[in-house]
Amino acid sequence: MSLDKATVAKIAHLARIKVPEEDQEHLAQELNKILGWVEQLSEVDTSGVQPMTSVVAQTLRQRADVVSDGGYPDTVVANATDAAEHFFSVPKVVE
Amino acid sequence: MTELTHLSMAEALDGLRKKDFTATELTGAYVAAVEAARPLNAFIVETPEIALRQAKEADARYAAGTARPLDGMPLGIKDLFCTEGVQTTAASRILKGFIPPYESTVSGNLFRDGAVMLGKLNLDEFAMGSANITSHFGPVISPWSGKDPAGASRKLVPGGSSGGSAASVAGRFAIAATGTDTGGSIRQPASFVGIVGLKPTYGRCSRWGIVAFASSLDQAGPMTRTVRDAAIMLGSMAGFDAKDSTSVDLPVPDYQSFLTGDIRGLRVGIPREYRVDGMPAEIERLWQQGIDWLKAAGAVPVEISLPHTKYALPTYYIVAPAECSSNLARYDGVRFGQRVEGKDLQEMYENTRAAGFGAEVRRRILMGTYVLSAGYYDAYYLKAQKVRARIAEDFQKAYALCDVILTPTAPSTAFAIGEKQDDPIAMYLNDVFTVPASLAGIPGISVPAGLGSDGLPLGLQILGRPFDEGTVLKVAEVMEKAAGPQPLPPYAG
Repeated sequence: MSLDKATVAKIAHLARIKVPEEDQEHLAQELNKILGWVEQLSEVDTSGVQPMTSVVAQTLRQRADVVSDGGYPDTVVANATDAAEHFFSVPKVVE
Repeated sequence: MTELTHLSMAEALDGLRKKDFTATELTGAYVAAVEAARPLNAFIVETPEIALRQAKEADARYAAGTARPLDGMPLGIKDLFCTEGVQTTAASRILKGFIPPYESTVSGNLFRDGAVMLGKLNLDEFAMGSANITSHFGPVISPWSGKDPAGASRKLVPGGSSGGSAASVAGRFAIAATGTDTGGSIRQPASFVGIVGLKPTYGRCSRWGIVAFASSLDQAGPMTRTVRDAAIMLGSMAGFDAKDSTSVDLPVPDYQSFLTGDIRGLRVGIPREYRVDGMPAEIERLWQQGIDWLKAAGAVPVEISLPHTKYALPTYYIVAPAECSSNLARYDGVRFGQRVEGKDLQEMYENTRAAGFGAEVRRRILMGTYVLSAGYYDAYYLKAQKVRARIAEDFQKAYALCDVILTPTAPSTAFAIGEKQDDPIAMYLNDVFTVPASLAGIPGISVPAGLGSDGLPLGLQILGRPFDEGTVLKVAEVMEKAAGPQPLPPYAG
């Protein structure tokens, strides 16, 4: 599997990172090198193996569905670049 | 006062209990040492006022006879742990100026037990790196570079990602430090600077409030000058936390009680697959030396096989970027962190993230996005998770035959800033011996074992069964004693 400049542009968009066109070729080469190297995993026989989804064997805990935290909107928005009242503001998304 | 900064944590606690000196004196000595060590660039933020206030409180408790387990211990906190009211950046430009309104569970546990915060330690950006050269705040210079590390012609890396932690503990300007380990970020820097670094079992220390890199791998642990100090500090860091869904509800034992020196009959697994091609002869020799030390103490070396070892790194470089691409999606310039405006929301996201992330972080996010994208998920991510299951199974089988496993920590001594930087894979190979245990979630410690021919430290790694940090520490202490006192770095406060 080889990854080209157009694919870099596509995944950069999916990741919401602007990658200037002049960087795309170089990134494609770097990522291809890493992908070529991880390709060796195809040698491993994994038939019948369940993918590892939990590092420690345990069942997820449950808790009562009640509000256990909150009531401090000032703190919640304190680190926002652009907070209006108790809202996070962003550029207009609907015309 | 300089000698105060050369005490281990156990010695300093003893001195405080005996009233040989006060916590304020000890912290004062460290505050001065931190200031003097600025050219090493180990701290992103220094917090001397907080430190001296905490020391004063500790002194009051010593006077009242109500001292806590870590009372008055001046620690450095890796800048990946959120600290209430103190800037936390993960060494990334995107988090510059972020002041957490809450405290991470682990740092909170340490302060509950009386620890003093000297400041926030430099690291690789978002803990992604093995040399502490990807930080937005510049690289950390190892105290092993020379008497005047910043003026040395060959400036050595302290390892990474916990490079500031490693440099400050080795250079005697923090008595101990917190680290985090995703693929070796505690153990490899510990080996590079000649200190002890312990990665506990996944689930042992809460991840709550630690800036997430790869959530199924990240684990906090102590970086200390001695094995005993690691045992003391882990006792405070560990424990169940309902706020971390993967935190394990097990009692925290008294880790110091394991340090009996008695390892008679203990079976030490020697994995044959760790004899990798091109491994320097001196590392091979040191490994053999470690086997001989443990044997002389009554342990029984057993040859074991971990057949999927060579696949651990490629597995890691699918799983970790995949999780990182997902975790770092939160940095969007809206709720916290830096924002770069754009003509619309989409462009604001793209501009913010382009400006905020460095090259290595960008590479890993793109890699992770690719392996999780439609059409490639099965071929890469699912395959890697299956190989990961195989790697974990290797360890399970091995622990039927042995109690701990002994390996080298890193494939080389420290290199210089600027070396190995052109090729990401060459840099990734630093973690060849540490990544398998990360993937399996098992505990591991690096103990200083000697010097290479270049006069730089080398560590040996002891791995244990899940939640058996006690045995890991016990064996580590035996090895520490056998190796004898290790030389200090040329820069030591």
